[in-house]
Amino acid sequence: MALIELTDVVGGYGGAPILNGVNIAIEQSDIGVIVGPNGAGKSTTLKAIFGLLKVHSGSIVYDGRTVTNWLPDRLVPVGLSFVPQEKNVFTSMSVEENLEMGAFIRKDDFSATLASIYDMFPPLKDKRRQPAGELSGGQRQMVAMGRALMSQPKLLMLDEPSAGLSPRYVGEIFEQIVKVNQAGVGILMVEQNARQALAFASKGFVLAGGKNSFTGTGRQLLDDPDVARSFLGG
Amino acid sequence: MTELIFFINQVVISGVVLGSIYALGAIGVTLIFGILRFAHFAHGDMMTMGAFIAFLLAMGCAALGIVTPIPTGFLVLPLAMAIAAVIALGIDKGFYAPLRKRGARPVTLLIASIGVTLMIQGLIRLFFGAGSWSFFDYGETKTIMRIDTSAIGSTRPLVFTEPQLLMVIVTIVAVVALHLFLTRSKFGKAMRAMADNADLAQVSGINTQLVVRITWLIAGALACAAGTMLALDVSLKPDLAFNIVLPIFAAAIVGGLGQSYGAIAGGFLIGFAETLAVFNWTVVLRPLAGLLPEGMMLPANLALVPTEYKLTVAFVILVVTLLVRPTGIFKGASS
Repeated sequence: MALIELTDVVGGYGGAPILNGVNIAIEQSDIGVIVGPNGAGKSTTLKAIFGLLKVHSGSIVYDGRTVTNWLPDRLVPVGLSFVPQEKNVFTSMSVEENLEMGAFIRKDDFSATLASIYDMFPPLKDKRRQPAGELSGGQRQMVAMGRALMSQPKLLMLDEPSAGLSPRYVGEIFEQIVKVNQAGVGILMVEQNARQALAFASKGFVLAGGKNSFTGTGRQLLDDPDVARSFLGG
Repeated sequence: MTELIFFINQVVISGVVLGSIYALGAIGVTLIFGILRFAHFAHGDMMTMGAFIAFLLAMGCAALGIVTPIPTGFLVLPLAMAIAAVIALGIDKGFYAPLRKRGARPVTLLIASIGVTLMIQGLIRLFFGAGSWSFFDYGETKTIMRIDTSAIGSTRPLVFTEPQLLMVIVTIVAVVALHLFLTRSKFGKAMRAMADNADLAQVSGINTQLVVRITWLIAGALACAAGTMLALDVSLKPDLAFNIVLPIFAAAIVGGLGQSYGAIAGGFLIGFAETLAVFNWTVVLRPLAGLLPEGMMLPANLALVPTEYKLTVAFVILVVTLLVRPTGIFKGASS
């Protein structure tokens, strides 16, 4: 059974729908990457899963239960976590406080998780008392991912984690995403660096005009001449 | 030395008292703005209401013959704060929450809060009339403390009242408690998170509804403390705090909207600026009068502004702050 399965999801912010029938299925062992041209509804798909916009029809089933139009405060406790593309840290709060906010829904002792985040992103440990707003773009992205992992999710969704990062950090962030996946967290991410991301993706979804145009393994998408021509720049 | 003591009596003590009241009021305004993004105009009247709650409780104590070593107003303050906090929550549930649910814009909420202002004032007038009341009309006296300062060569004593002393203690306790809440507790941090980035707070699974309720409880309780202290210092009337709601907003904006520490700093800044502006410098300068050339005299009143224009000082500071540093001292929201 899929960890999360979207079936013919149609939705938008009111007015004309942006998603016109998206189908996505991810196992907990998968890294799913959504690629496609601007305005294809990639980020919107993640937001629809996370209850940030209205789903008009279709269904979203997570871990055996229908979670269509659930709000984040119900989704986070059952194991979903989301890293938005922009404004994804609390700039006035310290790095450690940012991570604590990720563990807000937890009632148990989360110090072990905190330690594992610092192991994963060593630069954060030195800066844990520093306001997150003073960090560099790459380190902010680490804080954002760390915050999302503090709730010990089963599915981590990332909206363009490499946007605006220097090539050095892009590689580092992708490496960490693969590591998180190996630790047993399903990944569903939207990525502009399509070629690079599809190389390590186990599933790839090409969206265009708010619906799937290609679905396959990352390898299949990279090798498909049509996909290559239309979305990956030849 | 006499002049220094006079200065302390007139400026430092009054400034601390006024600053404490402004600060506690401004914290509530800034917290509500930080979480709900609207200017809660009825905050002054929540202060007045809190003062009347404390007054009723104090009268109840007097009727029961309870005699206390400190002014009863302070003794009943914790209970009054609890009641005011619950009423503040009720006001939100009754008026603001339904508007928010319909996606009302901040300006709609601001107008609604002006309506709440009129309702609270109307209700108070209905029950207590338009006249003024005092905590000290029912057997208690306002103890005036005079500290002899002849040891340092002053002929004037240091003068302050018992409520003023207690007021400073209450403010310190409230500010320290708020600081610990915001920096140590889970919900305090969640409040800061929501003020910082409400969308991300929601995405993190923070129960934003609960944070809103906690905000109202704190704002209501602090408003009650500020109102009661103001009433103990002067007297109680239906427009007690309505008259100072504008300097309180000025304090919150000068400090940086949404910044609790900014509100405290802004409150004291405006409190001191007002007392300094109306201070008569002639008294302090009198020892230097001999240095003036023949035929020149110190005028009888050398205050920067007459007392009746005290409130304008807050706005001068506000305008200057907005021109020089639009986000306030502590870099709050720029709106």
